[in-house]
Amino acid sequence: MRLSSDELILWQHGYFKLNATIVTTWALMLVLVVVARLITRNLEHKVHISRWQSLLEVIVVTIRKQIEEVGLRHPEKYLGFLGTLFLFIALSNLCTIIPGYEPPTGSLSTTAALALSVFIAVPLYGIAESGLEVYLRSYLKPTALMLPFNLISELSRTLAMAIRLFGNIMSGTMILAILLTVTPFLFPVVMSLLGLLTGMVQAYIFSILATVYIAAATRAREEEEDAS
Amino acid sequence: MDSTTLIAMASIVTAGLTIAIGGIGPALGEGRAVSTALSSLAQQPDAATTITRTLFVGLAMIESIAIYCFVVAMILIFANPFWNSVIAQAATK
Repeated sequence: MRLSSDELILWQHGYFKLNATIVTTWALMLVLVVVARLITRNLEHKVHISRWQSLLEVIVVTIRKQIEEVGLRHPEKYLGFLGTLFLFIALSNLCTIIPGYEPPTGSLSTTAALALSVFIAVPLYGIAESGLEVYLRSYLKPTALMLPFNLISELSRTLAMAIRLFGNIMSGTMILAILLTVTPFLFPVVMSLLGLLTGMVQAYIFSILATVYIAAATRAREEEEDAS
Repeated sequence: MDSTTLIAMASIVTAGLTIAIGGIGPALGEGRAVSTALSSLAQQPDAATTITRTLFVGLAMIESIAIYCFVVAMILIFANPFWNSVIAQAATK
């Protein structure tokens, strides 16, 4: 029994390996891009818009509202990054309903990559919002003694994001596999439902945590303004 | 007792204990979190969306501890480096 789809090598040429995780990720990316392109080809302004455009509008408006509620003032700047995180993780976890599919988020490589992109994005957004000096000074915020703890907390919450998503999705698929050998049909169906619910909740959690971290980083300037 | 048996026994026992003990804390914490959330929902039903969202985020953070223990247990059972090296040694002998 293997731990993740990383170990399923589909194509190999010397040192260059294509495993199932990468191929599945590419397939998901293709689906997202093609569906988005097809639906947004002719956007309409009428009162009665097509079903697909309506669906996309619901998704975009809901994500925008969530970003605003967390406290980021101009959600359009962050909508691309945070919306993509949510949609990719949600689609990858939702597709577990397809037989023979293994979610790429059940592999530590994918979740580490997503967590690393958040780790890089948070200082980038913070610096874009407040400038380099103010952002760096926020690390000294309560006192300069807190600098190592602030740095450690940055690293540990990135690690926690990666492991949280990996652990939840991997455990869902593994419990399903184990149960199938023990009590077929009824119990695995129930666990599969739980796995779908967990997948959606984890997608939401990942993007909300990324939003909260970005909000904390971009709030550095507001605190400077309030203090002065 | 030779090293193969010792490694196997230690891995299995540790894996079982890790997930058993590691599940206690998060379960208690999540119970308290949900009970407090329910009482505050009863006091202020208008803030339902904020309370629910905060509850879910908090539950995910608490759940991560249980997930860490689960990952350690899985690694001990399925991706155990000591067991793999012992098996590799036995295979070459």
